[in-house]
Amino acid sequence: MAGDTIFALATAAGRAGVAIVRISGRDASALAGQLMSSVPVGRGLRELRSSDGVILDQALVLSFVGDASFTGEPVIELHLHGSPAIVRSVLFALEGHGGRPAEAGEFTRRALENGKLDLAQVEGLADLIDAETEAQRRQALRVFAGGLGALAEEWRRQLIRAAALIEATIDFVDEDVPVDVTPEVSALLTAVRDGMSTQIDGVAAAERIRDGFEVAIVGAPNIGKSTLLNRLAGRDAAITSEVAGTTRDVIEVQMDLGGLAVTLLDTAGIRQTTDIVEEIGVSRAIDRANHADLRVFLVAKGAAPAMKPVAGDLVVVGKADLAGNEEFGVSGLTGLGIDALVGKITTELQARAGLAGVAIRARHRSAMEQASEQISAVLAALHDDVPADLLAEDIRHAIRAVDMVVGRVDVEDLLDEIFSSFCIGK
Amino acid sequence: MFHVKHFDVVIVGGGHAGSEAAWAAAQMGASVALVTLRREAIGIMSCNPAIGGLGKGHLVREIDALGGLMGLAADAAGIQFRLLNRTKGPAVRGPRAQSDRVLYRDYVQNALSELENLSIIEGEATDLRVENDEVTGLILADGSEIATRNVVLTTGTFLRGVIHIGDVSRPGGRVGDAASVAMAERLEGFDLPLGRLKTGTPPRLNGRTIDWSKLEMQPGDTDPSLFSFMSDGAMAHQISCGITHTNAETHDIIRENLSRSAMYGGHIDGVGPRYCPSIEDKVVRFADKDSHQVFLEPEGLTTDTVYPNGISTSLPADVQERYVRSMYGLENVEIEQMGYAIEYDYVDPRALRLSLELKSCPGLFLAGQINGTTGYEEAAAQGLVAAVNAVRRARDQDSVTFSRKDSYIGVMVDDLVGRGVAEPYRMFTSRAEFRLLLRADNADQRLTTLGRDIGTVNDARWAAFNRKSEQIKKGNEVLAKVDLTAREIAGTGAKLNVDGPKRTALDALTLNDFGFDALYQIRPELPDIDRKIAEQIKNDALYAHYIRRQEKDIAAMAKDEATVIPFSTNYAEIGGLSAELVQKLNAARPESLAQARRIDGMTPAALLVLSGYLKRLDSRQVS
Ligand SMILES: Cc1cc2nc3c(=O)[nH]c(=O)nc-3n(C[C@H](O)[C@H](O)[C@H](O)COP(=O)(O)OP(=O)(O)OC[C@H]3O[C@@H](n4cnc5c(N)ncnc54)[C@H](O)[C@@H]3O)c2cc1C
Repeated sequence: MAGDTIFALATAAGRAGVAIVRISGRDASALAGQLMSSVPVGRGLRELRSSDGVILDQALVLSFVGDASFTGEPVIELHLHGSPAIVRSVLFALEGHGGRPAEAGEFTRRALENGKLDLAQVEGLADLIDAETEAQRRQALRVFAGGLGALAEEWRRQLIRAAALIEATIDFVDEDVPVDVTPEVSALLTAVRDGMSTQIDGVAAAERIRDGFEVAIVGAPNIGKSTLLNRLAGRDAAITSEVAGTTRDVIEVQMDLGGLAVTLLDTAGIRQTTDIVEEIGVSRAIDRANHADLRVFLVAKGAAPAMKPVAGDLVVVGKADLAGNEEFGVSGLTGLGIDALVGKITTELQARAGLAGVAIRARHRSAMEQASEQISAVLAALHDDVPADLLAEDIRHAIRAVDMVVGRVDVEDLLDEIFSSFCIGK
Repeated sequence: MFHVKHFDVVIVGGGHAGSEAAWAAAQMGASVALVTLRREAIGIMSCNPAIGGLGKGHLVREIDALGGLMGLAADAAGIQFRLLNRTKGPAVRGPRAQSDRVLYRDYVQNALSELENLSIIEGEATDLRVENDEVTGLILADGSEIATRNVVLTTGTFLRGVIHIGDVSRPGGRVGDAASVAMAERLEGFDLPLGRLKTGTPPRLNGRTIDWSKLEMQPGDTDPSLFSFMSDGAMAHQISCGITHTNAETHDIIRENLSRSAMYGGHIDGVGPRYCPSIEDKVVRFADKDSHQVFLEPEGLTTDTVYPNGISTSLPADVQERYVRSMYGLENVEIEQMGYAIEYDYVDPRALRLSLELKSCPGLFLAGQINGTTGYEEAAAQGLVAAVNAVRRARDQDSVTFSRKDSYIGVMVDDLVGRGVAEPYRMFTSRAEFRLLLRADNADQRLTTLGRDIGTVNDARWAAFNRKSEQIKKGNEVLAKVDLTAREIAGTGAKLNVDGPKRTALDALTLNDFGFDALYQIRPELPDIDRKIAEQIKNDALYAHYIRRQEKDIAAMAKDEATVIPFSTNYAEIGGLSAELVQKLNAARPESLAQARRIDGMTPAALLVLSGYLKRLDSRQVS
């Protein structure tokens, strides 16, 4: 039953300085009270005891009342000494007194159910918890702070205004209402569509920030791709040997470049081959390289890249230690030019990351695209003599799509998916 | 002991809600009494002598589709028919007609007097007999008593009504009628949430003193759109209205005397409708406009009284006279009856179930202006709903409720019961989320079968309905077999790609700019299809794509409506609901998940909690 009192360890499991156990529910205070002489108002130091009187720990106890807590219901936090044995015994005692261990994401779910967070904020929170790089952290914070909700609210306001103008011409004929509302409706809709299109463009960048950019190192066999990767990653990730065609599969290395999560791909050398296994490797390499966000082409001096570079791709001369003092060359072996290459990659990726707005998920994008499509249809129809009732209907549809961004409607299907990305107690 | 008469249902009030209620209950074969202050005032139009309009016209069509009285009376009394929004898409077209006040009243009185199972009783209802919290009878001012388990109260603006003209005020239910005070006090005893609303009416003019030669005239439609599915054409002689305007002088006079207006001088506390502002309101709120349109609508064929639409007021008599005469054409006009504002009690409709029965007093139904609405059509529609359910209660049958997805009636009742009112409630088309489906032209397709099941649709109407449905079906079949090339369709002027695939005629009709005229132009050999049938087929086709898109929403609403919330639910016990929502749910006691969804402040997450709870409850009951 959803109304019962739940508890869980809110910090990472294992030995640590502090371990926090969170209790939430109508009877949180009563449940916590079973472990201590009295639950403090606000905060206080308390001895926790098991039902047979054994001291479990000396804990800092924080008590939050209803609306002030994260979940929107009474919450007690027990700040314990971070020993797994202590934590285990406290959790055991809580369960013994009738509490229920929280399911994955249940605290956040309650926050959502009690209107403390909107859906986009919940997504931001999920990302915040998982954030590893600085850019991920900042992005998650933007969303968690409600940036997308605020934007959607503004779009909604503008769309409602547009709908109201059209409704006025329908429901109040014969009265003193403006006859031609087309200019204002058109201006409002255009503004919303433009705002959405910026955000839609930013989703791809935001997804990259969250999931990491992919940078493929591409080149002919034995040009030194794997050595370069190892140099960049600082460890022996790819097998490097002097025999051409060693890297038959795609090797991935994750790293943090200037605060951005980046996955480096070391691909098989691209060349004609009769070796079936290697041929598979080559076609896979081409495929992955095509899908990567950025390609670094390693070429021999004076040679052309194996594939056609697109804007932003980098072409550098490999094995620069052997090629002599090359201006735009690198050597994985000696480290020559590595810093300059990292600098170039980082600059390019940061420029792309800069496009990210507050919409960060495919879900946001598809809702905005749907709304945007409706709006375009209305804009076209406005000048096309389409009956007002149909215009109004399309605007209503756009409003609903906007609502979906922050999860006002049609949330049922999304919730399970979203909550399944949470760990217990967060 | 003297003999106490017994009726299945007793209706109190012979206004528009009461008349419709009496008619419906009698159609169902129940024994019905209609108790009203004055027999000759039954069916009187207190204000504007017109029926229909946007949203309101839809309501009248629905009442008619259910076998009601209002559409028939409005057609019989209509002296100028106009279809509003003719150019704006069939879903938002609203039939409206000006009525001859006398013809209208006479039609209603005759129709009711012919009903053998209806007794009309003149008198003031002052008290209700209640035993074990349920109604058992009605008590009149003369002390007599009527035994009944079902009372429908439709007392309109009469509950503690106060009429204001300038700074003069006196009790009254409307001009010429006393207020109902005893009944208001009785309701107060039920501990019902009562509120105060106000509305106004303009002065009435003597048409013989208007200089019509100076005025622009507005005729009705040459091809009138009637209200009833049973009517063929206008019955009364048709007339035109005059149009004049307020001007700078009019506005000056009003502005100088604002402090003497009942509404602006602080004599009235009730809330008035924003969409039906008094002339004082218009002058203050739209200060930049120096002129407003005024329609001069004759109140009938046999009277000289003219209703000036657009200048309702509560200014003192001398000011009314001056500002009216400042308008062209009205320089020498005589006022027959001063404009006035009226303030009255209403019951917060959130105290009602969807059947319009009071939650706290089984057997007591409320309908009409007493529920915070305004307008004849809104009142009549509620009268019908309440009467049907009162009769069903008398017969121990389940209540019949109307859904937002089926009718404007459903939209209105759900709005009232779920949301309450902040100002006098009137219908607009924009209140209906499924507006494209709830059209005036298909009200019969939506509701007549239901009316037949309930017992309000008589044999003649049922036969006519079946004939029409059969014709529509046949028409659709014929049109589905006719193939047209894109080039042929485009040749009639419709915008589409000439190289596109061929379409059936039915499919081509979904195009906004392709109608039956164009179809006959390229396929003159097609059999004739009756104009009304053709219109309905075209409208259905026009909205087909949109309606398909809404089907998911409609299904979701149906599911929510079917998820019943027990009256006794203890919301605090569910958990996961904020204290504020628990309080709101406790106050509202929604009957279904659909109603809960519309409670102000309801979050999707809270709905999930609620539906989860109901699911568990359901499975527990099954196992
Ligand atoms: C001054 C005024 C201005 C209005 N302006 C507008 C407007 O601008 N626009 C608009 O849409 N609508 C307007 N209306 C409203 C419209 O007239 C009403 O909404 C509609 O008539 C309400 O119908 P009803 O059946 O609820 O009540 P009513 O038509 O008021 O009928 C009430 C009936 O109950 C009877 N009755 C009352 N008390 C008792 C009792 N104790 N015992 C027995 N019988 C009783 C009365 O005799 C009367 O027959 C106005 C009404 C008034 C009075």
